[in-house]
Amino acid sequence: MPITEADIAKVAQLAHLELAEEELKTFGAQIAEIVAYVEQLNELDTTNVEPAIGGLTPEGERTETSRNDEIEGSLGQKVALAEAPDPSHGHFRVPKVL
Amino acid sequence: MSRQNVEFAVGAAERLNETLNAFLEIDREGAMQRAVEVEKGDGSGLANEGVLRGVPVAIKDNLCVRGMQASCGSRILGDYHPPYNATVIERLINAGAVIIGKTNCDEFAMGSSNENSAFGPVKNPWDTTRVPGGSSGGSAAAVAAGIVPVALGSDTGGSVRQPASLVGVLGMKPTYGRNSRYGLVAFASSLDQVGIFARDVSVMANTLGVIAGRDRHDATTADVPVPDYSAALDGDLKGARIGFPRALFGKGLDEEVGNAVKSVVDVYRELGAEIVEVDLPHAGYAIAVYYIIATAEASSNLARFDGVRYGFRAEDAPELRQMYRKTREEGFGPEVKRRIMLGTYVLSAGYYDAYYRKAQQVRTLIKNDFLSAFKVCDAIITPTAPTPAFVLGEKVDDPLAMYLNDIYTVTANLAGIPGLSVPCALSSERLPIGFQLLGPYWSEATLFQLAHAYQQARPFTERPPVYASQP
Repeated sequence: MPITEADIAKVAQLAHLELAEEELKTFGAQIAEIVAYVEQLNELDTTNVEPAIGGLTPEGERTETSRNDEIEGSLGQKVALAEAPDPSHGHFRVPKVL
Repeated sequence: MSRQNVEFAVGAAERLNETLNAFLEIDREGAMQRAVEVEKGDGSGLANEGVLRGVPVAIKDNLCVRGMQASCGSRILGDYHPPYNATVIERLINAGAVIIGKTNCDEFAMGSSNENSAFGPVKNPWDTTRVPGGSSGGSAAAVAAGIVPVALGSDTGGSVRQPASLVGVLGMKPTYGRNSRYGLVAFASSLDQVGIFARDVSVMANTLGVIAGRDRHDATTADVPVPDYSAALDGDLKGARIGFPRALFGKGLDEEVGNAVKSVVDVYRELGAEIVEVDLPHAGYAIAVYYIIATAEASSNLARFDGVRYGFRAEDAPELRQMYRKTREEGFGPEVKRRIMLGTYVLSAGYYDAYYRKAQQVRTLIKNDFLSAFKVCDAIITPTAPTPAFVLGEKVDDPLAMYLNDIYTVTANLAGIPGLSVPCALSSERLPIGFQLLGPYWSEATLFQLAHAYQQARPFTERPPVYASQP
């Protein structure tokens, strides 16, 4: 199925990327080429094949990963905010939402 | 001793950085201070019997080291300083290692040439007009140039093994779940694994012994005992069976690389190993599967970079959504945006079954190919990369050609099995060539033993023109 410029613009919107005109064009062509390449998978009949889930080995799948629901130490407010671009009064400040 | 070793490494990193651009941060002060600390006493307070005591180590800039930056080669993180250590870093430090700096890489580990770093490409120490491979190019170059004996990288589709091959050092991606990913900035979580570069197998074996094992902070680490890898290095290869997938030595493979790897097969035969033909019928589909699964996972993982909690935020965006979009547009480089777009596309409504589900089904077939092959052999040999290092700029405008560099390496990530690249020859242009050993789950010790036997028989002693020497 051909990929239109409108498709690319829609994907950019879903991905929260404000692409420039030029990028929409280049990416459109490149993504179309890559998608055409990956469509070679359709040569394979996978009717009764279970999809792989993640990369776990059988030993990984058997590993017990739950733990007791106990409160542990965390970064704390000061450290958690230290790298924020716009912290304010103990919060992450963002531009207006509505 | 620690102090001299660390001083040498830091000095070499500083002197060679103008030529190689391998480091994004060099922590002279912190490293020297730590070197003095670990030198004190008898080392009895260190973990793993202090096996890495005073060993200078370089770390890819997508692993969190407290007190240092973690840019991931991206403008969107810039001089972000994580407030905690990755588990593998914590374990290195506890065993006495001294971290000297953070190494350059393709942005968010996406690339095969290191040209996608926002901070300029790393140069190959064998020929500075050529790429070092990627994405862990800085760590690879730092080890190849003799700056450090060991470095960490991450391998999602070959990002440790391919650069190792292109610069002539050892590079390993362990079994999925062998090493903790806690503190490794996520690219594609079902494929990512922390890997190791070294020039010497025993150093690599010691390092894996230190960092491997279950971590309660990463639910995908498996409860599998960590063997004494360095104890397993010796021993003859009588009875060892090495699989030779003839079909992978055909189209697209550089003739010199193919011949070099076939000579390695002859060496193994001479050493007493039995060579058995194996077939991996779905290997040709691996790149297609990989670029669906990896980009899908990346589009989701990289959603967190939104200019709110850390890193860069775009200016002049008075409304929230606009701020997200502008921040991501200005903060990410072209390859990262391309992969986020591709991943978003394959996951979007109506396409999920056609692409993502299909890819996961073919991933099962690839996994099954290996499980069958390992019924008749202990390891499989392939080239690591289809060609020696290419010239900077040669493939930047052709993403698909760039992706095909990973043709021999992505299968290990898709199947979750370990892979080790071993240097074996120089091309007519004096560029390194590597071969890859792939093994069943948890067979790292076997791969080390095979690599060690080869290196004893045919030591790779050549050094690149750019190499650290005493000042």
